[in-house]
Amino acid sequence: MAAVSIRNVFKSFGAVKVIQGISMDIKDGEFVVMVGPSGCGKSTLLRMIAGLETITGGEIAIGERVVNDLEPKDRNIAMVFQNYALYPHMSVYDNMAYGLRIRGRSKADIEARVQKAAAILELSKFLGRKPRELSGGQRQRVAMGRAIVREPLVFLFDEPLSNLDAKLRVQMRSELQSLHQRLGTTTLYVTHDQVEAMTLAHRMMVMNAGRAEQIGAPLEVYSKPATTFVAGFIGSPPMNLIPGRVADGGKALAADGDVRLRLPEPRPAFEGRNVLLGVRPEHLEISEPGATLLEPDIDFIELLGSDSLVYGHLGADKSGPRMAARLHTSVVAKEGRLPLRFSAEHMHLFDPESGKRLEA
Amino acid sequence: MVEKRPLLDLFAHAVLVLGAIVVAFPIYVTFVASTRTFEEIMQVPMPLLPGEHFLENYAQVLFAGTTTGSRAAVWNMLLNSTIMALIVPLGKISISILSSFAIVYFRFPLRNFFFWMIFVTLMLPVEVRIIPTFQVISNLGMLNTFAGLTLPLIASATATFLFRQYFMTIPDELAEAARMDGAGPMRFFWDVVLPLSKTTMAALFVIQFIYGWNQYLWPLLITSDESMYTTVIGIKRMIVGGDAANEWNLIMATAMLAMLPPALVVLLMQRWFVKGLVETEK
Repeated sequence: MAAVSIRNVFKSFGAVKVIQGISMDIKDGEFVVMVGPSGCGKSTLLRMIAGLETITGGEIAIGERVVNDLEPKDRNIAMVFQNYALYPHMSVYDNMAYGLRIRGRSKADIEARVQKAAAILELSKFLGRKPRELSGGQRQRVAMGRAIVREPLVFLFDEPLSNLDAKLRVQMRSELQSLHQRLGTTTLYVTHDQVEAMTLAHRMMVMNAGRAEQIGAPLEVYSKPATTFVAGFIGSPPMNLIPGRVADGGKALAADGDVRLRLPEPRPAFEGRNVLLGVRPEHLEISEPGATLLEPDIDFIELLGSDSLVYGHLGADKSGPRMAARLHTSVVAKEGRLPLRFSAEHMHLFDPESGKRLEA
Repeated sequence: MVEKRPLLDLFAHAVLVLGAIVVAFPIYVTFVASTRTFEEIMQVPMPLLPGEHFLENYAQVLFAGTTTGSRAAVWNMLLNSTIMALIVPLGKISISILSSFAIVYFRFPLRNFFFWMIFVTLMLPVEVRIIPTFQVISNLGMLNTFAGLTLPLIASATATFLFRQYFMTIPDELAEAARMDGAGPMRFFWDVVLPLSKTTMAALFVIQFIYGWNQYLWPLLITSDESMYTTVIGIKRMIVGGDAANEWNLIMATAMLAMLPPALVVLLMQRWFVKGLVETEK
């Protein structure tokens, strides 16, 4: 096990800058998830740590050692690929043993390690089979087994669950979690799925266009998104972002369509300033008369079961900004105006130019 | 066809039976001719049932050749043909699997240029470059040798191209996984690429064995010594002069012998051959 240190790392393919200066210190034994939309550079960053891509600028250290110029095999890491990348002509046993054989381990040592990993992953019965005779979840486990037997300093996962169906994904997610608890190996995990990120990570890095938008614990990222990108990316449906100008001595927001929203807590410091007011759909609730902060006109409703997603527009004749709310189904009317409120702790303000969070 | 139409079935079968007859009948006639005496097959019409001279005719050609044409023994020709038909595919496969491995998995300057250089030779089969090739082989003193017989046929792009196409379907992650496992390039080649290419190699072997066995023009040019004749050339050398002067029964026996090995290779390796051409499992 080891800490991983990413220091101001850059990567370009020709003129295309893929990673634009990312730094992060990953503690020994930590489970870090890199999450972002496709093309944000998260896989590239992981592959740079693995040694499969060269590093254009900056430094990556595993433990005490800077690994910039080391071959993948000398970095003492193991990687699990999205398509598993199992050797199709080798049995499950040989797939797991291959790396150990190359490293010249003794037969007995290999046998012991493979059997142990197979037991952990419940693969003991399948050691003689070929990958094509296994189900997707089993193949996934073999790929993990191949990583485990090496007892590396760091595990790297590149979207390992993307090829599985929804049910299996949930199951493998919890298996991954218990595996990490059991082994305690530093783990870097790349995904585009925010649920995976939220459930697995000790800390997560939300990436966008080659930059780290925010690094933090899942709950921190959720409750205090650093930028509008993070606010929109984490959480489903995404956070409502209502553009407007702070007015009335910081007590209200003047938005499009002559909408005047009362803020749950005044922000006099931002008086007259253009902002984006952020509030998550799930933090909105039906209000009693008098406490109403916003009152959208319902466009349509999506039933999710116990909850419903209500989409509407603010302002007279739906002339104001669009917004969504997640409410208990029993309280939702079919149409008309919906009086809503939210508490001050759930209010977020962002700068419309930079997208950065504005703290009071 | 999903529909059930008896008339269509009948028609389809008729076409197939007709096709089979068109292909099989000449071979049958060849066989019949090879079991009869010269006088018997010169009758009109020629008898269409096998005669009694099977052993006699085959023993004659195998060990003594014909009496009017070439007197070279056919067993030696069969041996020559076999050696040639083995060296050509084995040489081709080993050279081209290595060159396509280099082209697909290594980044080196002018990589594409080299690939296209190899690819362009597809346009230049042996027949097109036969004069200069003969000149080269002759200057190297390789006339009437197996080296001269096989080398020009080994150098071709077909197999390189086929292997390259196959390698490109192997997912990159496999190479990356091997790298993480600590396998160097050649280790990866031996442990992963080669076993995965087994069926492709088998298919190529079948195609190239037949290609080597059936070579006509090139062996005709560079073998002048009887002991270096291949079977196909042997047949040609047995035919001397007019129709009546040739011992057709013996020539037909040789033709039967010449047909046998390629047929055997196809039959024995059919399963692998088909697998190699259609397999997509990775």
